[in-house]
Amino acid sequence: MTNAGPTVAQAGIPDAPAPVTRLPRRRGIELALIVVAVLLCVYGYCAVGLARNGTVPPGAAGYGAGLGLLALLAHCAVRLRAPYADPLLLPIGVLLNGIGLVLIHRLDLETPHDHAAPAQLVWSTLGVTLFTVLVLMLRDYRVLQRYAYVSVVAALFLLALPILFPAVNGARIWVRVAGFSIQPGEFAKVLLAVFFAAYLAANRSALAYTGRQVWRFRKVQLPTGRVLGPILAVWLLSVGVLVLERDLGTSLLFFGLFVVLLYVATGRTGWIAVGLLLATAGAVAVGWLEPHVNSRVQDWLHPFATIEAGQGASQVAQSLFAFAAGGVLGTGLGLGHAVLIGFATKSDFILATAGEELGLAGLSALFLLYGLLVERGYRAGLALREPFGRLLAVGLASIVALQVFVIAGGVTGLIPLTGMAMPFLAQGGSSLVTNWAIVALLVRVSHSARRHYDGEVAP
Amino acid sequence: MATHIRHSAFFCALLLVALLVNAVRIQIFSARSFDDNPANRRATIARYERPRGNILVGGKSVTGSRDSGEQLRYERTYTDGPLYAPVTGFASQVYGTTLLEHTGDPVLAGTDPMLSPFPLVNDLTRAQGRGGNVVTTLNRAAQRAAYEGLDGRRGAVAAIEPATGRVLALVSSPSYDPAVLSGNAAATARSWARLNDDPDKPMLNRAVRQTYPPGSTFKVVTAAAALDAGVVLDIDRTTDSPDPYRLPGTATMLMNEGDGCEDAPLREAFAWSCNTVFAKLGVDVGARRMGAAAKAFGFNDTRLRIPFSVAPSTFDTHVDRAQLALSSIGQYNTRATPLQMAMVAAAVANAGQVRSPYLVERTTTGNGATMTTAGSRPVRQAMRPETADVMKQLMEDVVTDGTGTNAAIPGAIVGGKTGTAQHGVGNAGMPYAWFVSWAQSEREVMPRVAVAVVVEDASAERGDITGGGVAAPIAREVMQAVLKSSPADGS
Repeated sequence: MTNAGPTVAQAGIPDAPAPVTRLPRRRGIELALIVVAVLLCVYGYCAVGLARNGTVPPGAAGYGAGLGLLALLAHCAVRLRAPYADPLLLPIGVLLNGIGLVLIHRLDLETPHDHAAPAQLVWSTLGVTLFTVLVLMLRDYRVLQRYAYVSVVAALFLLALPILFPAVNGARIWVRVAGFSIQPGEFAKVLLAVFFAAYLAANRSALAYTGRQVWRFRKVQLPTGRVLGPILAVWLLSVGVLVLERDLGTSLLFFGLFVVLLYVATGRTGWIAVGLLLATAGAVAVGWLEPHVNSRVQDWLHPFATIEAGQGASQVAQSLFAFAAGGVLGTGLGLGHAVLIGFATKSDFILATAGEELGLAGLSALFLLYGLLVERGYRAGLALREPFGRLLAVGLASIVALQVFVIAGGVTGLIPLTGMAMPFLAQGGSSLVTNWAIVALLVRVSHSARRHYDGEVAP
Repeated sequence: MATHIRHSAFFCALLLVALLVNAVRIQIFSARSFDDNPANRRATIARYERPRGNILVGGKSVTGSRDSGEQLRYERTYTDGPLYAPVTGFASQVYGTTLLEHTGDPVLAGTDPMLSPFPLVNDLTRAQGRGGNVVTTLNRAAQRAAYEGLDGRRGAVAAIEPATGRVLALVSSPSYDPAVLSGNAAATARSWARLNDDPDKPMLNRAVRQTYPPGSTFKVVTAAAALDAGVVLDIDRTTDSPDPYRLPGTATMLMNEGDGCEDAPLREAFAWSCNTVFAKLGVDVGARRMGAAAKAFGFNDTRLRIPFSVAPSTFDTHVDRAQLALSSIGQYNTRATPLQMAMVAAAVANAGQVRSPYLVERTTTGNGATMTTAGSRPVRQAMRPETADVMKQLMEDVVTDGTGTNAAIPGAIVGGKTGTAQHGVGNAGMPYAWFVSWAQSEREVMPRVAVAVVVEDASAERGDITGGGVAAPIAREVMQAVLKSSPADGS
């Protein structure tokens, strides 16, 4: 499959104009899946109470009703304004958000003086509200293309904002206003995805067809200096974020996102070569020079070094212990000891609680849910024909994929740990709201993609 | 463009596979080594997550568990801790376990595989059973009588049932409350330091872990060996024994405390505890046969477990004749635990047979269903049955009109032997007062109890009177307590 047009024809899907039959809208499926998702979450909530106190917790009905109401609200918005949208996106978001609430509530039981679940519930409400607003208001996602440069300025502003605020736990990524702490970098992700998609959609030809071949490789073609400008700028941005804010995860995410989009837009493997080269150079230099990052690399290479040195288990070691304790089927919700990890158990390390209490089975299920979410995003991108929508869908899905990989790989010892929120699961309002925005945009994009095939005029 | 989207989708799929493969690695293949890492507190937390099983004496629990509400949730408690400490030991969150708490730990902590009859199902549900119980052979009344008899003086009491080897009382004094070691607070460490620094060594289990020179009580072994070997054929015939007795090959003269030991027949020599007579008897029997007799009674056995280990009692066989003479009256290198001397008395009471002593009647599940029972214990013939009959007479005489009249119990046949062991450089230390005995109700055909008592700081004058004066009354109270209780409710 090489180009968009013939591909569709070969696949047997009737090309425009007008098909004879209408495509199913599948909103019923979505509703059924939402009901299943809400029931699963309520079951998890009850399981925690049963395991800890032997009784169904009194808040179970309220929790279920609240989550169900939010999901229903979102579903109605989709039914109203995006009837052709992919029916899996919203239920996956509801399920992951609900499981996250259950896990945070469960960890709250271990920390009686620090309850995070109520705040997370408020942020969930905000997130779903934003989802609803976006689905209702954003009639055509292509208007975003017009705000490409507004987006990038806003993103840079948001990224720079925390520099003015004091560092928290070694990272300068929070803004504290009136008791609320916000991570502006989270919102910047979506804005940057919009900018990248718009920029690349506009300049992809220039980027793709200029440049010189080097070393007589047939495929590898290095880009010229002029078009190297933007990628160098983004690379510098990533390193800047890293050095100024000590946020390794976010810089990795931005850079990975840009390389993926550049490759998709231009189809040039040379970009990947340049990207990998720059990433490696940056990572090695920073890993060597920056002590904060260096210690993370050491923890990754030797997770038990602190134990041998008699200083007790490091966070990564405690996280590995938690996963190991889970085994295949887990200890059961409420019965693990992931709280031993200490700091950031509810946020960066929330996956360890899932791994310990739900086991490899539950952890794999979560990974597959994320995989499915990403896959639906890519599918929406494939179904579209115009480059901005394609790049936007791929970009948003890639954000989720990269973020899951970076943080899940970090807490399971696959790659060095970098502080980052597990999408939907982790405590943290900014991340949650951002992820709901991502799902809302994917819903919009998938709606446009499918409506196109249903004979209606492409938006 | 679609191709490249597919490529990057493939890349995302690769990331997903990497995460899944790594999850399998850490949750299955490396899980065991992570679980066993000493810095992983989960095993410790799991151990204290549920109440520990109990140790039962006479059908009642002498232990308990307290919910501390902390990470290591349940702490051990004890009712009458000092009374039963030489049996239970302690179960500390910091300092580990000892004695029955240690040997019974798999049952008490609930990790014994027999507690989970369906291991596969349990693996699946991660359910861990309640801890089981350890039911002891102790007799509550006898244990208390022994503890109150010692009354805080340094010493120990061991009592066993001769026919079975069941341990009826095991007391060490001064004792300590093991509850002070249960938790993990700073106070626990202070208690630990205090108990270890105490010159009285309250955590030393003197009944089974401390050996003493048995002194004259060892004459029971020497007399039995002499009778078995045919060195003495008639206990009422005079023996050819000088007073004082010059130790063979030396100029040292061995004396007696009293008079009338010269050529005394075995009966009188035993009743009045003539050192000269028994020293010479030991030499006449010979080192090899004396060693064999001592071994048959249980000396030099390094493998005795009741179920916790017992310090081996010793009888040295690589000796010259002078050393053998001293060894035969319970001096020189002859040393015995109180439990060992109770076994000596029990052998006489049980027609010459020594039953290996044991403390655990049975183990049960948390619901009381029996898991294991003690079963029949190995038996050893320490002397011929006829010899045992003669020895019973000799020991009865000690109580009726010898040095042990303090042990007499109305309505019961009691046999005993006093002892005073000298020790220290030049015998300068306080002598140890010993009394070993057995008692048989007049209505029964077999002695029900054999007991050994040692009191370290017998403050009176030296002499066999001490053993009879200090230790015999304690033995009497213990034997009386056993005889009063019906045979069935010993457990």
